[in-house]
Amino acid sequence: MSISNIWVFAETNADGAATTATLELLTKANALGGTVTAFVVGSAGGAAATFADHGAAKIYETGDLAGALPGVAVSAAMKAVIDGGDSPDLVMFPQNYEGRDVMSRLSVKLDRTVLTNSTDIAVDGDTVNVTTPIFGGMKLVTSTFTGEAPYLAAFRPKSFEPAGGVGAAGEVVAAPVPDLGTTGGATVTAVHVEETSGPKLDEAAVVVGGGRGLGEADKFDMVEDLAKLLKGAPGASRAIVDAGWVPYSYQVGQTGKVVKPTVYIAAGISGATQHMVGMKGSKNIIAINKDKEAPIFGVADLGIVGDVHKVMPQLLEALKARG
Amino acid sequence: MNVIVCVKQIPDPALPGELDADNTLKRDGKLILDESDSYGVEMALQLVTAAGGGEVSLVSMAPNDEVSGLRTALAMGAVKAVLVSDPALAGADALTTAKVLAGAVGKLGDYDLIIAGTESSDGYTGTVPEQMAEVLGVPSVTFAKTVAVDGGSLKVDRQTESGYDEVTCSLPAVVSVTAGVVEPRYPSFKGIMAAKSKPVETCTAADLGVESISWAQSITAVTDAPAREAGEIIEDDGEAFNKIVEFLDGLKVI
Repeated sequence: MSISNIWVFAETNADGAATTATLELLTKANALGGTVTAFVVGSAGGAAATFADHGAAKIYETGDLAGALPGVAVSAAMKAVIDGGDSPDLVMFPQNYEGRDVMSRLSVKLDRTVLTNSTDIAVDGDTVNVTTPIFGGMKLVTSTFTGEAPYLAAFRPKSFEPAGGVGAAGEVVAAPVPDLGTTGGATVTAVHVEETSGPKLDEAAVVVGGGRGLGEADKFDMVEDLAKLLKGAPGASRAIVDAGWVPYSYQVGQTGKVVKPTVYIAAGISGATQHMVGMKGSKNIIAINKDKEAPIFGVADLGIVGDVHKVMPQLLEALKARG
Repeated sequence: MNVIVCVKQIPDPALPGELDADNTLKRDGKLILDESDSYGVEMALQLVTAAGGGEVSLVSMAPNDEVSGLRTALAMGAVKAVLVSDPALAGADALTTAKVLAGAVGKLGDYDLIIAGTESSDGYTGTVPEQMAEVLGVPSVTFAKTVAVDGGSLKVDRQTESGYDEVTCSLPAVVSVTAGVVEPRYPSFKGIMAAKSKPVETCTAADLGVESISWAQSITAVTDAPAREAGEIIEDDGEAFNKIVEFLDGLKVI
C-alpha cells in the first residue's frame, strides 16, 4: 500500500471563499502525490474552483449542517463515505477549532491514532513521517504512523505555502450527514462575529505583542498605539489573555494564532514555550524585556534589556515625531 | 447536578522540559495540577452551586501513583477522584487516553456533565475531550468560554475563528473550556486539610476493561530546530529606543 488517496478537511469563510489553511493543505497533499480530495464543511459553492485549482480532483460536500457542530457532523459524513468504499490513506486537518474536533471524532469512529500540531509531513513508500515542534520550537520530533491507514494528522497554519494553477478536476460529490443519534445533541442557535479594525493578526506585516511585563491591563494601550502607528496588529501572550486584559482573539501562541510577520515586537513578553511556537517564524523579532535571561532574547534579532514602561513611550514619541 | 472534571498532573511548566530515553516527556519528577484544568474545576464547582446540589468528581490518568495535583483540585472543592495509574500507559496517545478516561467515568456512576480543558499544557494534543465524547456516545461543545445550565440543557458560548457561537446542548455532554473562563479559587487551609482524607480510587487500565494498550505511532527522531542567528542584545541606556527606530527603518516598515 502506498499513500495514493489523500483527503483534506476543507472550509470556506463567511464570504464563501476557500480558507487559506485549506489551500495550504491541498497544496501539500498535491505535492505528496496521488489523488487529492477536499472534504468540505457545508457547501463548496464558488470555492470549488479554487479547491480544484489547488489540487482537489474530487470534492465531497456535506451540505448545510442545520446547526450541528462540525466535529460530530462532518466526522459522521466522512465515516459514511469510508463505509461506502472510498477509504483514504491519509486525512489532513488544519490545527484549528473545527479541524481538531472532526479529527477527534473520526479517530474514535475509525479507531485510529492522531498526530497533531505538526508542521511538516513526508511520505516514503508506505511510511508516513510527521514533524512536530516541541519545547517552544527548539526541538523537532519526527513521528511515524505504525498502524493501518487511514492516518490522521493536523497541521499548524502557515506550515505550507499555498500554490494554485494545478487545474485538477474538482468533481463535486454530495456526502450528506447521517443521523447523529445521541451525539447530535448540540445545536448552534446564534453566530456572533467580533469586528476588528486594522489588519488581521495572522495577516499583518507588523505585530506588536504584549505580555505580563506590561504590569497592568491599562498599559496594553501602548501596544495598541504602537501597532496602529506601524499599521500592524496588536497581539498578546496567553498570560494576559487568561488574566482578562484582552480578548482571546488577540492570543499568539500554541493556543491562539500563528503569526509570521515581517517584524514582531515583543513588549514585556518573557517567551514562554506556549508563546514562542506562535511567533518564532517571524522574519524579524524585536524584544523589550527587563530580565536579560528571558528566553525571548534567544530568538530576538534586536533585544533591548530595559523597562518596557520607559522604552515604549520613548519609541512611540520618536515614531510620532517622524510623522 | 453531578459534574466530572478531567484533570492532568504535569511537570511544572516553569521548568525546562526534558525527554526520557524513549523521547516522550520526562514525568518522573514532581507533578502539579495543570493550570488549564483549574478553570474546569472552578467552573464545575460554580455549576454545582448554581444547580443547588450535586458534586464534583475528578478523573485523571498517570503512569505512576502521583496524587499531589489531584489533592489541589480536591482542596478546591471536588469530593472524590479516580486515578488510572498504570505504567503500561506511559507515553499513551490521545485515543488511548480518551478510552481510559471514559472508562474511569464509568466508575463514578451517573453524571450530567464532563468538563475538560481544551488541551493540556505539556502534550497539548487537544483531542481528548472530543474523543471521550465519541467513546461515550454523547454530544460535546469544545472551546467553551461561558457555560450555564438552563433546565435540562446547557447554554454555551463557543469560541470561533471570527467571534463566538451560542450553542444549546442536551445532557449528558462533554464540554471543553478555554483558559480564563473563570477565576480559579485558591484552596483554603480548611480545604487543603479536608483534601487529605478525600477518597482517591486508583485502578489500572485492565480494571476498566480497556484492553490492548498500544498506539499506532512512534517517535523516530528528535532533532534541534534550526537556530535563529544570534541577534544584538543591548542594555537600555535611555537611548535604546533609537536602535528600534533604526531597525524598523532598515526593514522599510516606517
